[in-house]
Amino acid sequence: MSPIRTEKNLQSITTAHPDGVGGSPLRPDGILKVRGEFAYSSDLWHEDMLWGMALRSPHAHARILSIDTTGALTLPGVHAVMTHEDVPGAKFYGLEIHDQPALAFGKVRFQGEPVAIVAADHPETARRALDRIKVEYEVLPTLTTEEQCLHPETYGYVHEPHEYKADASGNVVHEQKVVSGLGVTDEVRATADVVVTGDYEVGMQDQAFLGPESGLAVPAEDGGIDLFVATQWLHVDREQIAPVLGLPEYKVRLTLAGVGGAFGGREDLSMQIHACLLAQRTGRPVKIVYSREESFFGHVHRHPARLSYEHGATRDGRLVYCEARIVLDGGAYASSSPAVVGNAASLGIGPYEVPNVNMLALALYSNNPSCGAMRGFGAVQACFAYETQMDKLAAALDMDPVELRRLNAVSQGSVMPTGQEIDAPAPVAELLRRVKARPLPPALDLTDLDLRDLPGALSNTSHGEGIVRGVGYAVGIKNVGFSEGFDDYSTARVRLEVIGGEPVAMVHTAMAEVGQGGVTVQGQIVRTELGVERVTIHPADTEVGSAGSTSASRQTYMTGGAVKLAAEAVRNELLALGRRRYGWTWNDLSLVGGKVVSASAGPLVPIADLLGDSAIDVTREHHHRPTVAFDKETGQGSGHVQYCFCAHRAVVDVDVELGLVKVVELAAVQDVGRAINPLSVVGQIQGGATQGLGLAVMEEIVVKDGKVLNPSFTDYLIPTILDTPPQPVEVLELADEHAPYGLRGVGEAPTLSSTPAVVAAIRQATGLALNRVPVRPEHLTGTGG
Amino acid sequence: MEFLRPATWDEALAAKAEHPSALPIAGGTDVMVELNFDRRRPSALLDLNRVGELTKWESGRFEGQEGEVIRLGAAVPYARITRELSAQLPGLALAADTVGSPQIRNRGSVGGNLGAASPAGDAHPALLAAGRDVLVEAQSVRGTRLIPIDAFYVGVKRHSLEADELIRAVRIPVADGPQQFSKIGTRNAMVIAVCAFAVALHPKNGTVGTGIGSAAPTPRRAAEAEEFIAGELAERGLWQSGALIGPAATRRFGELVAAAASPIDDVRGTAAYRRHALAVMARRTLTWTWDAYTHSLRSAA
Ligand SMILES: Cc1cc2nc3c(=O)[nH]c(=O)nc-3n(C[C@H](O)[C@H](O)[C@H](O)COP(=O)(O)OP(=O)(O)OC[C@H]3O[C@@H](n4cnc5c(N)ncnc54)[C@H](O)[C@@H]3O)c2cc1C
Repeated sequence: MSPIRTEKNLQSITTAHPDGVGGSPLRPDGILKVRGEFAYSSDLWHEDMLWGMALRSPHAHARILSIDTTGALTLPGVHAVMTHEDVPGAKFYGLEIHDQPALAFGKVRFQGEPVAIVAADHPETARRALDRIKVEYEVLPTLTTEEQCLHPETYGYVHEPHEYKADASGNVVHEQKVVSGLGVTDEVRATADVVVTGDYEVGMQDQAFLGPESGLAVPAEDGGIDLFVATQWLHVDREQIAPVLGLPEYKVRLTLAGVGGAFGGREDLSMQIHACLLAQRTGRPVKIVYSREESFFGHVHRHPARLSYEHGATRDGRLVYCEARIVLDGGAYASSSPAVVGNAASLGIGPYEVPNVNMLALALYSNNPSCGAMRGFGAVQACFAYETQMDKLAAALDMDPVELRRLNAVSQGSVMPTGQEIDAPAPVAELLRRVKARPLPPALDLTDLDLRDLPGALSNTSHGEGIVRGVGYAVGIKNVGFSEGFDDYSTARVRLEVIGGEPVAMVHTAMAEVGQGGVTVQGQIVRTELGVERVTIHPADTEVGSAGSTSASRQTYMTGGAVKLAAEAVRNELLALGRRRYGWTWNDLSLVGGKVVSASAGPLVPIADLLGDSAIDVTREHHHRPTVAFDKETGQGSGHVQYCFCAHRAVVDVDVELGLVKVVELAAVQDVGRAINPLSVVGQIQGGATQGLGLAVMEEIVVKDGKVLNPSFTDYLIPTILDTPPQPVEVLELADEHAPYGLRGVGEAPTLSSTPAVVAAIRQATGLALNRVPVRPEHLTGTGG
Repeated sequence: MEFLRPATWDEALAAKAEHPSALPIAGGTDVMVELNFDRRRPSALLDLNRVGELTKWESGRFEGQEGEVIRLGAAVPYARITRELSAQLPGLALAADTVGSPQIRNRGSVGGNLGAASPAGDAHPALLAAGRDVLVEAQSVRGTRLIPIDAFYVGVKRHSLEADELIRAVRIPVADGPQQFSKIGTRNAMVIAVCAFAVALHPKNGTVGTGIGSAAPTPRRAAEAEEFIAGELAERGLWQSGALIGPAATRRFGELVAAAASPIDDVRGTAAYRRHALAVMARRTLTWTWDAYTHSLRSAA
């Protein structure tokens, strides 16, 4: 096993360049953000600009009988009012399935669906204009439960059969089975000594990014549009926007504006099309900024899920079979539901060797809010269920829950239920061993009481009464990159030239920096590959090829890989130039400290001298190794690019009388292949785990009959610093030979395991079953909810 | 929207008389949320931030109130209450410390909490527990009205101020015994109360004050619980002996507090949980105050 880096020695990693790969240089955007000086998309401004705003449906399901815009149009200061009738091109868009109308017509299918848009010279004028648009609705019964959605003959359709666009049918967006071994038959069941079953539920989590959806569309002289926007994938936005505007793609140019967090919530379009339509119509720049409340309706959420699991094992703890059914509520429009289903099905057995599997995952259409991408993407819901099952099984077998997991853990060479062999390190048992071996935090000291350490904290609910400690463990498996045959390549352009006597590298990609630190990593890679000090990062835009999405834990792998390829090509050209000019015959040349250096002969020439007035400018695409689609009936196929794993141990104090929880410590061990930026790696693990903690104990969009009850940060609670415990992190670096630098995507795996670990700890403290997250005080006190 | 910025209290009263529909703004931590969320479009805002005396407090003796009284300016921010008044007004200071975040505590005020009159306002239970003689000093160009705290809250987010009145101050008797405040939220900071409870021992007149938050249309006291426990303390001579109240009476107190609430199911919590949690908080806070009281008896002896 290669060296292990713990938090303590992360800082001391040495590389050829201290700010190169393996270092933790300062983020270029860090100081600005901390000081509040960073320009986010909501800060965009243009002379002459108008303010766009959308009128949204108050109903979750209704027929639109008429829309009367007269009142809005006659309001002074209003420059345009548009409905579906004014959409010049395609009426629908979507990430995978084009089923979402740019502006609703015929029907609205979820509360908050945009029906009309206005542009006015002041946001207040725009707001008043919305009040003056009269929409006549015929309210329809909603389909909001699994029972209703799966029985369209009784309850009807979200999308009528003739307008249905997905590849499943009824109210199902997508369905994926996975069958391996013998499946789960009576004969297979008979070989198990112990069987545990459970029904689980995961509430609807929100990405809760702090920067609301916003952007600025500027009409261009060529009849096109320049759009500045906070998004996760510029090119896929453009692919969806251009047809609606009736423009060829090259006339829609996107530039990334400052992104205030994403977590999957910016994969789908929000205000993009609306701002462009209004700019096209008025010939004026149009800015749209969502309010916090609107933001809750303006982006997709994490799929709420209902999951049923049955595991059989031998008396000595070997898993024999797993049967599972995962039902995800996709809401009104498809968004990325098909891919989420693919993940849930293919990763839903967990990081365990299970010889016989029968899995079904599906996503429903409903009149609930649309759901799509969020950190963990289909693997989060399943992880809560299978890890709860592992604890149940351990209890049934009277085994230590960590030992049970270790006994069944996958490792390199294991075959997933999809038939895909894990052909890279998969140190699941080792992660578990390490996280368990960590020293436990000290017991609560009631003689020296600091209320902030107790459940309830300064709310002063306990001075030690009712508090019980619990410890829980969990591990998860997540894929990295897009799966199922998708070629989500990344493009990078690297230019090397001499500026002010110094070699300067410029990196140009379309990668969305959403806070993950991708721009830092790009600089590190270029410094390492080209031995230069100065690297500038060109603004991300569509003038260069696609970088794919900032999601699926993929950008360091994919765009980092593209930058590496481009930088290597630049280096090769530079060295070829040197060979031509100086007749070098060494083949041990590298670029270090701004010079061409031969390992045997020492420094040869400064890069600046070699390059002179010329520039080397190279663009490269990075494709991951191909994957294949999962077979529809059996789920067989090598569908994933890479797997990643994280294990957590949660220690909690629960006030068992009041049902309040304080997570005391959340320890993680994760294999990252290679920590390109160790500080960012730890940040990703802690941030991801905190989001998982939120799902465990507080984060839920509460929906009743299709209506959101808590669209604000007053009632959609995310962890504060007093909810976020110390998080010791151990990082393993077991290189994946298929990946650039051997690295492994980092950002999502910790979001999976932290939720079940926290809940397992609460279970240990309370002895309650707790089959639903988020766990509420009501669940812990038997008072409903 | 008009923006009125009186420089003095008299100007403020005059402005309010002239524009009865003007919305006063002190810390703005409620008002700005309402404006931003488009829940309110007042014709005018009446900014009280230039009126210096609203952010001052004084102590003294006032008519109609026994003993020493703190006259707390309506706009004194929570952070200062915690810092400057935790000895005199311990219950309110504890409540102040649970409000929002440091930023909110630097701006938000008891006057604003009263003005909003939300059943979830954290100052209310502490004010109720501090005694029936807590008085809201309401003023208008017509004069001063001292509204007993029990008469102040009249409905969901409704109070008994007249349209031309402003809150000048709140007169709160200095604590003559231990006080506690406890609040339930589903996270460990920055949370609107799911329910809250305050208790204050008043050894001088042998009463116990209570206040319930977020579990009824208005903040309210648990009158039966107050009478019950005051009776227990008196009948069993506990004020003098400082002996333990005991689990039976403590439990009964909790039950009566829970019974005094009329909570609802909403997105923050169920009615059943609120009742349950109120009973637990009532038991615990009564125990803490009583422990402190007996401790003070013993150290005085
Ligand atoms: C993020 C956040 C967290 C919060 N957390 C809590 C919490 O935990 N607990 C809690 O109780 N509250 C909380 N609040 C609400 C708010 O902070 C409190 O109600 C606070 O006491 C309001 O005081 P203010 O001075 O800011 O009032 P303002 O917003 O200025 O005014 C509030 C109301 O009182 C009226 N008003 C103000 N001054 C006077 C006066 N002198 N005379 C007559 N009417 C007046 C106003 O017209 C308005 O109706 C929170 C608010 C936010 C934004």
